[in-house]
Amino acid sequence: MHFSGLRVIREALTGHKGWKPLWRNPEPQPAYDYIIVGGGGHGLATAYYLAKTFGRARIAVLEKSWLGSGNIGRNTTIIRSNYLLPGNEPFYEFSMKLWEGLEQEFNFNAMVSQRGILNLCHTDAQRDAFRRRGNAMLLAGADAELLDREQVRAMAPFLNFDNARFPIKGGLLQRRAGTARHDGVAWGYARGADMRGVDLIQNCEVTGFRIDGGRISGVETTRGYIAAGKVGVAVAGSSSRVMAMAGMRLPIESHVLQAFVSEGLKPTIPGVITFGAGHFYVSQSDKGGLVFGGDIDGYNSYAQRGNLPVIEDVAEGGMALMPMIGRARLLRVWGGIMDMSMDGSPIIDRTPVEGLYLNAGWCYGGFKATPASGYAFAHLLATGRPHETAGAYRLDRFARGYVIDEKGVGAQPNLH
Amino acid sequence: MLIPHPLLGPRDAQEFTYLGDAALLNRPDGMAEGAEAAFAEYVYLRDNPAGVHRELWFHEQGDRSWLVVTRDTTTHEILGAELARDVKLKGGAA
Repeated sequence: MHFSGLRVIREALTGHKGWKPLWRNPEPQPAYDYIIVGGGGHGLATAYYLAKTFGRARIAVLEKSWLGSGNIGRNTTIIRSNYLLPGNEPFYEFSMKLWEGLEQEFNFNAMVSQRGILNLCHTDAQRDAFRRRGNAMLLAGADAELLDREQVRAMAPFLNFDNARFPIKGGLLQRRAGTARHDGVAWGYARGADMRGVDLIQNCEVTGFRIDGGRISGVETTRGYIAAGKVGVAVAGSSSRVMAMAGMRLPIESHVLQAFVSEGLKPTIPGVITFGAGHFYVSQSDKGGLVFGGDIDGYNSYAQRGNLPVIEDVAEGGMALMPMIGRARLLRVWGGIMDMSMDGSPIIDRTPVEGLYLNAGWCYGGFKATPASGYAFAHLLATGRPHETAGAYRLDRFARGYVIDEKGVGAQPNLH
Repeated sequence: MLIPHPLLGPRDAQEFTYLGDAALLNRPDGMAEGAEAAFAEYVYLRDNPAGVHRELWFHEQGDRSWLVVTRDTTTHEILGAELARDVKLKGGAA
């Protein structure tokens, strides 16, 4: 089934009777060449690129719940490539370029909207840091513009420029950044993978790995044993729990991050605006709701809900940045579980168990990485070598001293 | 969350800062054989359990004591709190 404008018109004229489910609901086969554990954004993207770009067959995605039920359905939908360090920026810019072609690539409306992201600065030192970051972005082929106070005011006149503690002095703008429809991304990859023969198996929880002589031979699941040549694990939030079944301890803590949406309002926020100093960022969805968030709660959690002090902190940040937000009513608050890694950067690597691969540690930045993460993980699974943009995301980089610490706060996951 | 401070009674968790797994009390011997690998593990690897977790909280806005708080990471229920000093003197956080 190919989606197009003509198709929409034809269906509209014939009572919408021709739409079919986007994917099959197959029974698990006894064996696959590749098993992807985790039917979220990264797992589905991995299966998609494994089947399409690398031409591999006999692939299954195992998901313990329904497809896209984890963080791909819980994030604040921002896509951007405004990183500083050489281990990160080429990877995220690769992801940004994949976003730009994604909808044509998988023939599905992911509502990719390049409405820009603006990081605000408040001091000379912060502006210098942004200038450096912007230059690093330009070197990696991304776009970046340093705005002064009046340019920021022209874009977002409603901001509180004269806050006594954090007066706005300018900002770093990436125009190609923006937002995407998070569920649409999962559905698009799922549909594309299913069309290429990938079995998407839902309600199938992995309960153990079968390892013979240091090599993976399959996975135990709630729907029986499934043999596999290679197994890729992409279960951010639960990585430590799943990899513990393979006898591994990870450089990861699970933390809860909360997100917020207001009632629908008329268009008011021009893109994504981040107020790092005040622990607050905001964008506006196409439906009109202000989508915003702040910091993680800061303690280990698997609860998928947070506590009130952080809600208060985020609300205070919002009021400090744009006092008009006080007139909007909060519609929903929810939480998701983040793989907070020890340096704030992800892991895409093989493991000490031959044939078992890990994609983890995305902190609160996994959504924007979805296309490149899937592509790089598929590359690793198919060729046995890391993708050229993901070569720094090694599992052993911590012990070797090659951490990728954007914030420079050390091995303290709740500070990243 | 309310943390039952052994000296001060129930205190708002907002008064505390969070460090992480109480296994951090068990610092390896830097002079021992294999100290480099032991420290890499100590600094970077975590059990990160879903369920009961023993963890270090610092009463920064209070009496500045370190506590070992036992808490369920799936429900946020706090099951107990001891002075980290007492835990360490009893032989570590295991």
